[in-house]
Amino acid sequence: MRRQAKNRTSFSRRALLIGAGQAAAFAAITTRLYHLQISEHGKYTLMAKHNSISERLVAPRRGIITDRFGTVLAGNQQHWSALFVKDTAPEPYAVLENFYRLVPVADAEKLRIQRDLEDHPGYIPVMLKDWLDWPDMAAIEVNMPNLPGVVVQEGSSRTYPLGPEAAHTVGYVGRPNQKEAMQNSVLALPGMRVGRTGAEDADDLSLRGEPGFVQTETNVHGQVMRVVAQDSGVPGANVALGLDSGLQRLAMQCLGEQTGAAVMLDVATGEILAMASTPSFDPTLFDKGVPEDIWNGWINDPRHPLLNKAAAGLFAPGSTFKPTVALAALKCGALTPETTHTCPGYLKLGDHIFWCDNHTAHGTINVVDALKVSCDVFFYKTALGTGINNIAAMATIMGQGVNLGSDVPDVQTGLVPTLEWAQQHEIHWAEGNTVVQGIGQGYTQLTPLAQATMIARLASGLSVTPHLNRRIDGVLQPKSVPGAAPDLDVDDRHLAVVRQGLFEVVNDPAGTGYGARLTIPGVQMAGKTGTAQVHDNTAAEKAINFNDMTMAWAQRPNAWFVAYAPVDAPRYAVAVLVEHGNYGAQTAAPIAHDLITYALLNDPAGRDTPLANPPPMPPLTVPQGNGA
Amino acid sequence: MIEHGSLALRRPFRERSFGLARKLMRVNWLFVFCVCLLAAVGYAALYSAAGGSPEPYAQNQLIRFCGALALMLGIAMVDIRFIAKLSWPAWVFGVLLLIAVLKFGHVGLGAKRWMTVGGMEVQPSELMKLFLAMAMAHYFKRATPEQTGSPLFVLPAALAILVPIALILKEPNLGTAIITGAVGATVMLGAGVRWWWFAILLVAVAIAAPVIYTHLHAYQKARIDIFLNPGSDPLGAGYNIIQSKIALGSGGFFGQGFLHGTQNQLNFLPEKQTDFVFTIIAEEFGFFGSIAVLGLLMCIVLLAYYTALSCSHAYGRLLALGIATNFFLYCFVNLSMVMGLIPVGGVPLPLISYGGSALTAVMIGFGVLMSIHVHRDVEFPEPVDF
Repeated sequence: MRRQAKNRTSFSRRALLIGAGQAAAFAAITTRLYHLQISEHGKYTLMAKHNSISERLVAPRRGIITDRFGTVLAGNQQHWSALFVKDTAPEPYAVLENFYRLVPVADAEKLRIQRDLEDHPGYIPVMLKDWLDWPDMAAIEVNMPNLPGVVVQEGSSRTYPLGPEAAHTVGYVGRPNQKEAMQNSVLALPGMRVGRTGAEDADDLSLRGEPGFVQTETNVHGQVMRVVAQDSGVPGANVALGLDSGLQRLAMQCLGEQTGAAVMLDVATGEILAMASTPSFDPTLFDKGVPEDIWNGWINDPRHPLLNKAAAGLFAPGSTFKPTVALAALKCGALTPETTHTCPGYLKLGDHIFWCDNHTAHGTINVVDALKVSCDVFFYKTALGTGINNIAAMATIMGQGVNLGSDVPDVQTGLVPTLEWAQQHEIHWAEGNTVVQGIGQGYTQLTPLAQATMIARLASGLSVTPHLNRRIDGVLQPKSVPGAAPDLDVDDRHLAVVRQGLFEVVNDPAGTGYGARLTIPGVQMAGKTGTAQVHDNTAAEKAINFNDMTMAWAQRPNAWFVAYAPVDAPRYAVAVLVEHGNYGAQTAAPIAHDLITYALLNDPAGRDTPLANPPPMPPLTVPQGNGA
Repeated sequence: MIEHGSLALRRPFRERSFGLARKLMRVNWLFVFCVCLLAAVGYAALYSAAGGSPEPYAQNQLIRFCGALALMLGIAMVDIRFIAKLSWPAWVFGVLLLIAVLKFGHVGLGAKRWMTVGGMEVQPSELMKLFLAMAMAHYFKRATPEQTGSPLFVLPAALAILVPIALILKEPNLGTAIITGAVGATVMLGAGVRWWWFAILLVAVAIAAPVIYTHLHAYQKARIDIFLNPGSDPLGAGYNIIQSKIALGSGGFFGQGFLHGTQNQLNFLPEKQTDFVFTIIAEEFGFFGSIAVLGLLMCIVLLAYYTALSCSHAYGRLLALGIATNFFLYCFVNLSMVMGLIPVGGVPLPLISYGGSALTAVMIGFGVLMSIHVHRDVEFPEPVDF
């Protein structure tokens, strides 16, 4: 026992000595830590800032936009640009001066570079010059030792093969603005683009992808010694729109020099097969920056080339609103298929006279005939019997004047007035207001997209929503799945009555759209003309039954035509608007005819590959060279 | 005397193992708390290493730690006398594992030190340090001053240290080899082996090493350089150490703030979540945070010493000293490396660095330490005195 106790004492003494040694070692570590972290803090902070390993984020490849058949609508093109990473340059401003001496840079750009350098952390590269040409490239390469921190990077820019022909629908991209770049530092990367309108905007997040990085080790001169690590990021998803570029180009071609819009939908799904707006613009200019004179030209053009009239242009629908009025009247019982009204050529309400079109007296007619000949007096009376709120309720069902929840950006909702709306806006609602509502005039303002939705819903009996996207990364979007659209909340018998009226518009020799009947055998189209006044005619003009062609262009009525085909099993619906095109039957109907003919012959609806041997297209009926 | 002795050998009635509840009460819970606190610091550092995300490091490490904690408490319940009986078998097992890793193991970070056992990555050298301490404690637990002064008595123990060291050097893993040697030597010192023997050995190595080195061919020097610094420098001369020092230095007094260390968040240090994990703490929490972590590490070492000093039997005392030294050396070598004091790599910071092998080995050691603490008053059966 004594031996054990002695051993224990000896152990304790030695253990304490060893422990003391270890404590001393900890003390040495602490001293070293103090030296590094406190005494030499300044030196190492500086070294951290000028670290010899630099990480440079690399913008991901933006996804490609195609039409349903894979035709590229928005693609990428390689180009070279000079970037500057401030952190890797010992004297950044001297380097900038050297660079400006070699490569000409505009003063405005110099200011932008200065701002970018101040706004972002030094490891984020700043774009010095995009679209380098060969002399610039050569000058930079030769002078690389004088340009530490300058990197020449392969980048990509956006191309739009269809150019102005799909500009509004596909949209365009631009550099992120200062605010966007501050909120999301990924957008601050040179080469990053943000979708501004059209599908580029609607699908921006899908198309964008995730950035990669390159880690490089640089020497004191800022020259890259080697790449330490590399990650190319996640490229953006490819988006296939429901568009058929053939149909899209035909729509643009048919509108030609006229100002207007055309929208064609697949009536089963609401996919937008064509969405044209004229005049158009060159979307590629936005990627490089639009020259000021061109920009000013667009902004000051009274025909608003930048506006997508199909989705954001608001127009009185005119007689193309009559199907909605008829459906509302049938629903509330103000009208039956047998109800007749007598048209003496005008309706007298109080001391105000509402004329029928061209002062024509249509006699005693029912709703189908009234639609066929587009009798205004019949619909004046029907509107009075139905009431403004019932009409607005039906318009909502048909997709007019409501938010459709479409993926088309910048859509205007439009307006179909109600009594509540009138009250809110302190408008005294007289019976006369209801009367003109019957023929789609007055306060009613709708987009061609809304009118296309209306006619597609009328044709299919489905509550379809117009939408651009068909596939994202090859995945069919929910709305494009056949059968996804819910049934329309309208009685089938009422739909049948209105469809009969629209059938006769085009296929009865007395119909207003008879000239636009299809020439391909065995198929018929149904449609409705519209001639919407934009100018309040004076009593004198009305009395002489004026000729609209004598008026100034901007005062002529807007020409509308909405149509669907085939009548027995509808597949396609179209809405055409020609601004100040006078009669719908005269300018808008031929365009609808040509588009429907093309659609029926090539049958793009539901297809991802084009028809192998489509029948030849008959000659176009659109009168060429008309318009302003 | 003989009757009594032989009886004691067969049945140690006097100190029958006591109940589980009593054992649990005897665990040094302050020690367990300190270990958990250190693991929490590790969680924060790994969370930051992943750029502010529990994936992929912190979450995994937490799960591993919970398993290892259960293992530690489990081992703490095992009677130390039973563990003592396993000392030499464990040493043999450890040596066999080291041979196996040289034959079947795979290379990681420039050295062949890893082995996959049933889907788990195992570094046998980590366990070997504990097994060696156990063997040393067992060998010296009844040594008299006369024996510890006799070279003939000490020689077998020295061989028992040199065999695993040689095997670990062959991997090559100089850091762990030095720690293994130091752990064995410390147990011998604690047992009463003469100081000056170690002093002479150290001086001899210190003199011989540079002389031998200067007489080597260039390719042999290069080989030794790699041997000294295996796989720790993939980016070129001194890259890791420079980046590590920058991270520490830019921390200052209060640090750059959690998740705001530029060196850490911008990935200047490859694999910073393993050996260089301390740089994250130092950069983001500064000198203040570093000292707090150092203090915590010291607390753990101190409590291990407390166990060693309060133990009534020599086996427990010597083994606790070995375990305390092992943990201390882990910390010391890792921190010295991170601060650029020594060029040796491949030693993680225990309980903080990402990785399961070192964590498990350290926690098994702590389990044995707690077993010593729980069973600090038991009596070892005396051998039959002929």
